[in-house]
Amino acid sequence: MRNVSKLFAAILAVSATALPSAASAEDAGHGPAIEAQEWSFAPPFGQFDRAQLQRGYKVYQFVCANCHSMNLLSYRNLAQPGGPQFSEKAAATLAAQAQIADGPDDTGKMFQRPGRPSDRFRAPYANDQAARAANGGALPPDLSVMAKARPGGPDYIYALLTGYEEAPADVTMSKGMHYNSAFPGHQIAMPNPLAEGVVEYTDGTEPNLNNYAKDVSAFLMWAAEPTLEARYRLGARIMIFLLVFAVIMYLAKKAVWARVHKRDHAAKNAA
Amino acid sequence: MAHESTYKPSTGIERWLDSRLPIPRLMNDQFMVFPTPRNLNYWWTFGAILTFMLGVQIVTGIVLAMHYQPTTEGAFESVERIMRDVNWGWLLRYAHAVGASMFFLAAFVHTFRGLYYGSYKAPREILWMLGVLILFLMIATAFMGYSLVWGQMSFWAVTVITNLFSSLDSVVPGLGTTLVQWIWGGFSVGEPTLNRLFALHYLFPFVIAGVVILHIWALHIPGSNNPTGVDVKTPSDTLPFHPYYTIKDGFAVVVFCIVFGVLLFYAPNWLGHTDNYIPANPLQTPPHIVPEWYFLPFYAILRAIPDKLFGVIGLMGAIIVLFFIPWLDTSRIRSVSYRPIFKWFFWLFVICCLALGYLGSQAPEGWYLFFGRVFTIYYFAFFLIIMPVVGLIERPKRLPGSITESVLAKHGGAA
Amino acid sequence: MANSDSSTNPSLAYDDDPSRRDVILIGAGAFAAIGGAVALWPLIDQMNPDASTLSLASIDVDLAPIDEGQAITVMWRGKPIFIRHRTAKEVEEAKDVKLDDLVDPLARNANLPDDAPATDANRAAADKEPWLVMIGICTHLGCIPKGQAIGDYKGEYGGWFCPCHGSQYDTSGRIRKGPAPENMYIPPYAFTSDTKIKIG
Repeated sequence: MRNVSKLFAAILAVSATALPSAASAEDAGHGPAIEAQEWSFAPPFGQFDRAQLQRGYKVYQFVCANCHSMNLLSYRNLAQPGGPQFSEKAAATLAAQAQIADGPDDTGKMFQRPGRPSDRFRAPYANDQAARAANGGALPPDLSVMAKARPGGPDYIYALLTGYEEAPADVTMSKGMHYNSAFPGHQIAMPNPLAEGVVEYTDGTEPNLNNYAKDVSAFLMWAAEPTLEARYRLGARIMIFLLVFAVIMYLAKKAVWARVHKRDHAAKNAA
Repeated sequence: MAHESTYKPSTGIERWLDSRLPIPRLMNDQFMVFPTPRNLNYWWTFGAILTFMLGVQIVTGIVLAMHYQPTTEGAFESVERIMRDVNWGWLLRYAHAVGASMFFLAAFVHTFRGLYYGSYKAPREILWMLGVLILFLMIATAFMGYSLVWGQMSFWAVTVITNLFSSLDSVVPGLGTTLVQWIWGGFSVGEPTLNRLFALHYLFPFVIAGVVILHIWALHIPGSNNPTGVDVKTPSDTLPFHPYYTIKDGFAVVVFCIVFGVLLFYAPNWLGHTDNYIPANPLQTPPHIVPEWYFLPFYAILRAIPDKLFGVIGLMGAIIVLFFIPWLDTSRIRSVSYRPIFKWFFWLFVICCLALGYLGSQAPEGWYLFFGRVFTIYYFAFFLIIMPVVGLIERPKRLPGSITESVLAKHGGAA
Repeated sequence: MANSDSSTNPSLAYDDDPSRRDVILIGAGAFAAIGGAVALWPLIDQMNPDASTLSLASIDVDLAPIDEGQAITVMWRGKPIFIRHRTAKEVEEAKDVKLDDLVDPLARNANLPDDAPATDANRAAADKEPWLVMIGICTHLGCIPKGQAIGDYKGEYGGWFCPCHGSQYDTSGRIRKGPAPENMYIPPYAFTSDTKIKIG
């Protein structure tokens, strides 16, 4: 018996020491470590910062949207609760700034018209082939759920946007690639999209790279998870309900079982 | 536990019904006064939790099917539309996705509970085998459900798992390929595949529900096992199911819901994989493909075996071996609590399964592969060697004379 | 409440009080019922029109190609919209009808108050009386009345005739005879220029 237990302890000890060292040797495939940022929307009670999302939309609109589509989002979403919460009118104006393909008209031709709130965000390219052709063969991915589609989410996007550096001397860059400390493999086709002053901020926020990256990361997080605030809010209510319910059920269970315990004590005392 | 019916129809309607479709009698005898061992611990509440979760999955699933589109073009987007536009869609979809994980969590606990307390031993062999069948159906259902999202992980999981059948080519040349093309309805995973996965994913839960009814039926013939493994001997060993176990199970379900709720509301994607938010791309496999967490131990076994056909046999065998446990266990007693040697092997087996789960999430290289093989060998050795051998050589501890005796002894210690 | 017997678990003592026990059990039942009822709502509400449907686009229609006496049908929110360029005679006929002769005295015009009477002025486009824009769905059981095409039978009142159960509408789209209870509905619309309207 003793020997058996010692053997198992030994096996466990060996596996416990062996696994972490194996893990550290393996990290290359998982990409560089991403630093966690502080976000206003952290659970369990977080909310999006409306002004930040509005700035983030601006960065998206003037920078990202030149190459990246965002096919799951509509202009109406910009006005809905829990998001940037532009006014209905402002969202309609933002929609109208985009020329949307529609049709066919009575003569069978497609035509361009100003966007409406119900339109999806205008995509910069008609199809993937056009996108590749315009970007040296690389396809700029759709950004709708990007913040859920990469490990680290908004932290990763922020790290990526602020991660452009000179390539270290020992790294040979492929043609048309750019060195990025956060990107897995460090060679990314997208050139550094942000530079100080490329987007104008009107709310007094400093228009620097750090703020651009942070704001657009928050915006993409909202775009990927537009019901996040509703989820937290409902969650808080349901959790309180369940906790109280659990206490009541526990008391009820004790009350019911007390009869049995009482009988047992009587039986014991009699014995 | 077979027992005389105590049901007395009290109203005219009940009397009328009783001689035609005696559902009130069934409910009374099987779920109200049903004699249940009085010493069941909280590990026994997972049966009720599983019933609850099956209900949650079926209800949310039916509702999601009202909005989902099983087309390669539309599937991913329709899921996101559910999340964004459908009223409460985010809640329903996350409840279904997290619910699958919670369902498996409860099923694993329930299975290990049965394993620990010898609930598979005579006369409960069929009860156990039906349980294994349910687990098997759950695995199939969850796999098909995961594919419906049609993200990168969905697509490549379908590709890899259906390709397992191509291993039959090494048995009869061409058989595997023919079978795989039949499953796909084409030369690769595509729209016909997605459509049939959806159809079957909708069907299977109802098959599961049917087998669950058989499972409960088989349970109610001998009655529940209990932590001592000693049979019920006198009425004082039992309590009526209601209210004692309805209230205890109810409490456990609520506590379980708290865990469910924390994941659902605050970390709904924590158990998922980020790659599944990338729409399926048949031209590019993700660098690391991993299944959902509940399949990881099986996945580790598949990858631990270096031969394609034997890997598949190992994967299937890991489940099939469970069917034979009632006859592989040679012990005279049921509960591991009274088995001083086997106890160690049991807990090592639990660690083995957890370790296989971890290893399934890692790349099959170096030490990971080595330990994957060690634990795979232990997994099968546990059932095929340890269970029969230890049962024969082990001298169990003295069992309590009856359930009542064990309960009173415990209370005596506490008082 | 306090139990002096040291062999009894004191935490169980209050449970001997049946009234307290019953209160707890009723409370537990109430919570279960509330929880179940609340959980039911999302399952019901999910079948209501979703956010994208509710925001469905308005449409622009160019009226210039429609000559007097012609009509076109366009699709708006999945429904047919009848747009008729009425002749002077048709307008006169519609205007001459006395309100007392109408089955449904209300204008059913989304651009006017709910209680506006069903005069032709309240049915036709504001200040552009030849134009009649309405949802082309019979108010009986939802069929689409005949009367848009030149050769269609237009019923006794020269407007529209529903082939399903014989409802007859006049040149103002008002129900005059047959089982339909209400005039055909006027959708929200407005002229954006002399010859263009925006519906919705």
